[in-house]
Amino acid sequence: MARPAPTARAPRLPWRWERGSAPWWLRLALPVIAILITFALASVLIAASGANPLDVFYELLIRPLTRRTSRLEVLVRATPLLLTGVAVAIAFRAGYYNIGAEGQLYAGALGAAFLGPRLGEWAPSAAVAAMLAGGLVAGAAWALLPAVLKVYAKVDEVVTTLLLNSVMLLLVGGLLNGPWRDPVSGWPRSPTIAAAAEFPQVIARSRVHLGFVVALVLVALFWWVLSRTRFGLELRAVGMGATAARFMGVSVRSTVLVAALLSGGVAGLAGVGEVAGIHHYLIEGISPDYGYTGIIVATFGGLHALGVAVAAGFLALVDVGSTSASRALGIPAYLGQVVQATLLLVTLAVLLLNRYRPARRSRREERA
Amino acid sequence: MTTTPEPVVSLRSVTKRFGALTALADVDLDVRSGEILALLGENGAGKTTLTKIVYGMYQPDEGELRVGGVPVRFRSPADAIASGIGLVSQHFALVPSLTVAENVVLGREGGVLLDRSKIEGAVLATAERYGLDVAPRALVRAMSVGAQQRVEILKALHRDCRLLILDEPTAVLTPQDGERLFTTLDGLRERGLAVIIITHKLREVMRVSQRVVVLRHGRVVGERATAGASQAELARLMIGREQLPVERRARAARPAPGDASGMRRHNPTQPGAPEEHDDLTRPGAPLEPGTGEPARRQPTPLQRPLFQRPLFQRTPLVEARRLTLRDKRGVTLLDDVSFDLYPGELVGVAAVAGNGQSELVSVLTGMTQPSGGEVLLSGQRVSGLPPAQLARLGVGRVPEDRLAAVVGNLSVRENLTLEHIGAFTRAGHLDGRAMAAEADRLIAEYQVKAKPGDLVRTLSGGNIQKIVLARTLSRKPRFVVVAQPTRGLDVGATAYVHERLLEQRDRNAAVLMVSEDLDEVLRLSDRVLVMYGGRIVGDFAADEVDVGRVGLLMAGEGMVAHG
Repeated sequence: MARPAPTARAPRLPWRWERGSAPWWLRLALPVIAILITFALASVLIAASGANPLDVFYELLIRPLTRRTSRLEVLVRATPLLLTGVAVAIAFRAGYYNIGAEGQLYAGALGAAFLGPRLGEWAPSAAVAAMLAGGLVAGAAWALLPAVLKVYAKVDEVVTTLLLNSVMLLLVGGLLNGPWRDPVSGWPRSPTIAAAAEFPQVIARSRVHLGFVVALVLVALFWWVLSRTRFGLELRAVGMGATAARFMGVSVRSTVLVAALLSGGVAGLAGVGEVAGIHHYLIEGISPDYGYTGIIVATFGGLHALGVAVAAGFLALVDVGSTSASRALGIPAYLGQVVQATLLLVTLAVLLLNRYRPARRSRREERA
Repeated sequence: MTTTPEPVVSLRSVTKRFGALTALADVDLDVRSGEILALLGENGAGKTTLTKIVYGMYQPDEGELRVGGVPVRFRSPADAIASGIGLVSQHFALVPSLTVAENVVLGREGGVLLDRSKIEGAVLATAERYGLDVAPRALVRAMSVGAQQRVEILKALHRDCRLLILDEPTAVLTPQDGERLFTTLDGLRERGLAVIIITHKLREVMRVSQRVVVLRHGRVVGERATAGASQAELARLMIGREQLPVERRARAARPAPGDASGMRRHNPTQPGAPEEHDDLTRPGAPLEPGTGEPARRQPTPLQRPLFQRPLFQRTPLVEARRLTLRDKRGVTLLDDVSFDLYPGELVGVAAVAGNGQSELVSVLTGMTQPSGGEVLLSGQRVSGLPPAQLARLGVGRVPEDRLAAVVGNLSVRENLTLEHIGAFTRAGHLDGRAMAAEADRLIAEYQVKAKPGDLVRTLSGGNIQKIVLARTLSRKPRFVVVAQPTRGLDVGATAYVHERLLEQRDRNAAVLMVSEDLDEVLRLSDRVLVMYGGRIVGDFAADEVDVGRVGLLMAGEGMVAHG
């Protein structure tokens, strides 16, 4: 029990994580580090499936950029990712962890599929505007309930937004297999939208549509609102210190509420883009998890506008590349998703370096 | 073993420093089995540091700790527990969804499987041996705070502790539960346990202890057998002096209000410095200046007169009327608190932590809604208004927790302007140039060592406090609420903050200052309110302060009907 009297001995100096502020070069280097680690990890899997990792990385990252078609396809893929990325970033910046971009995207798509066939008599510009507005409102509406529950009853938004995704998928499935089922073919897909409501192509001989421009505008808007407007400052203040923000007179409730609805609305726009720009009707698999990938985009992009744009482009590239890689090298097409998911985990781990750095404990700290 | 019982635990010449601060200096202490030792002292006297040393959370820089006469060196609480020392802190370490027995054996019982009936039997046996009324199968979640505390005690006893330390055990208890705790402790003492109880309530010392050790500024300043000690004597020891003429020199050296040359000398380089101290007399500020002015315009060279409360014709600027506050469990945190503040008056609130002063600040700053009563500012009801509106009405707020007043991850510039962001916004768009100009101006005027773009969390405590002060005081509030203004600040920053607070008073604002630093309260205040148990139990003009009585009142004694 009792220990011997104190003797002079070398102090233990274990490592620990120290809170600090990362220098600018580290902040820029972090995404690169994350990508390198991700590919190192992915190499193990690729080697296990019998392919040469370098070949695969070439197919994933370089090959899509060598041909016009696939280059433009990257932009097509990036369109919903930009929007869901911005959507998630808005919410996360306010400290509201909206995991429901997928459901909100489908809500927007639902709105577009509902409006689309009814706009036949409209001028194209008005019809397109109506589609955008409808998707925005529908996405925001789907985000409303969790936001209200969070703000007024402190119900955890991660759970509610996540669960509502399934609800939305079931709702869409029910509609498409029931009242909206195509009467002619019997396929579970909604009636085709009016020609006036279709998003025009912005690049000839490609699938790149108006949604891409809308997405870029929203990325710019996101940057401007956050850094240049009162609402943006209040949103950041709430996200980084709700108590202090409240103390300084910011209405935390309304800020979080508005951020959540904006987030849902922007995610809804992603759904509109897929309906009005690509398919022209609603099907169940209209989003291959764009909403969830948006979380990766936002996180990897550091919740910054420029970062979100770069991240969306990168993930779209991996998306397109993984399809061709599986075709060319006979590896599973899931690889792209594995890389994306690994990237999220690695990014989250690496982001710790942003706030903490390893340091030796000093003797004084040891005692405290 | 000698004839006198060997102390269970003793400290010999223990010294503990934190940087430049000496938390404990050359402390000797013995505690023997079968006695309850009360450790008495103000906040910051070193009680908690001492506890943490005995419990293995800190190691002494000098001196030694002995258990049963043998020198030991604890490297963690696990060592202390193994040596038979138990600690019941104010924050219970219990898992609410587990039963009493499960909590007691948690982290202790070996093996993979738990034999419920066996552990329940063992826990019950311990409880019965020490006369503790605890049902082993009860869920902790469903228990009262007092009962949970008994579980904490049981936890320590079940680990065969011979010395039980209780850190302010009654702070969380109702008076009834408190009395019950004392009965329990009496029982433990009779069964041969050594107990240290940390408190600043004299009544508890008298009620439960056999011996009392008084700490002040990290030193043992007195040791008495409780039976032979008087409360007044203990209060005196705790506070550190019998009667202290209020220190006025700091203020005497300052220029008088209205002495414009003096003000300019004080702020030689800042054109934007607050020069119009009669700011409050502008139309719209509903005051009747003049009544109290003549006395304030004739300062003697050595001593500035205290603020004289006007006898007639003047309404107070701030009236708190019968403020009450109860928490969710129905515990009364503020009990019928009423006071008036006049323009040009600095009122200090003296109280030991946890006696309602933080809650009072919280209500006055709009962060908490009172359960009853109201606060009037120039006759207008302001209690219940959101913080933004309070700021607009001229309530300046400097809260206890600086980090609750600034957003660490926002820049200095943003933190300096967010409270009045409306002034820097054009149609929703931020006027970056105006924000930068304001930040530059305040940084220069308040001597903040930071650049406008720095994140606030990278600054020192003193500079963060300057930012809070700059943001608040630059708006020339009519009523300033400030809590623990210099906690954790160094001497220079402290002096700076004091200067600024007196400046507010001098430009005719009403200032309410809550501080755990009694010296600070006595030095700056025109009037001292003493709070205990959520009530105002004393009200003294600064030149009539009887420090001994303040000490007694802070410790919950010598209460007279208020008013």
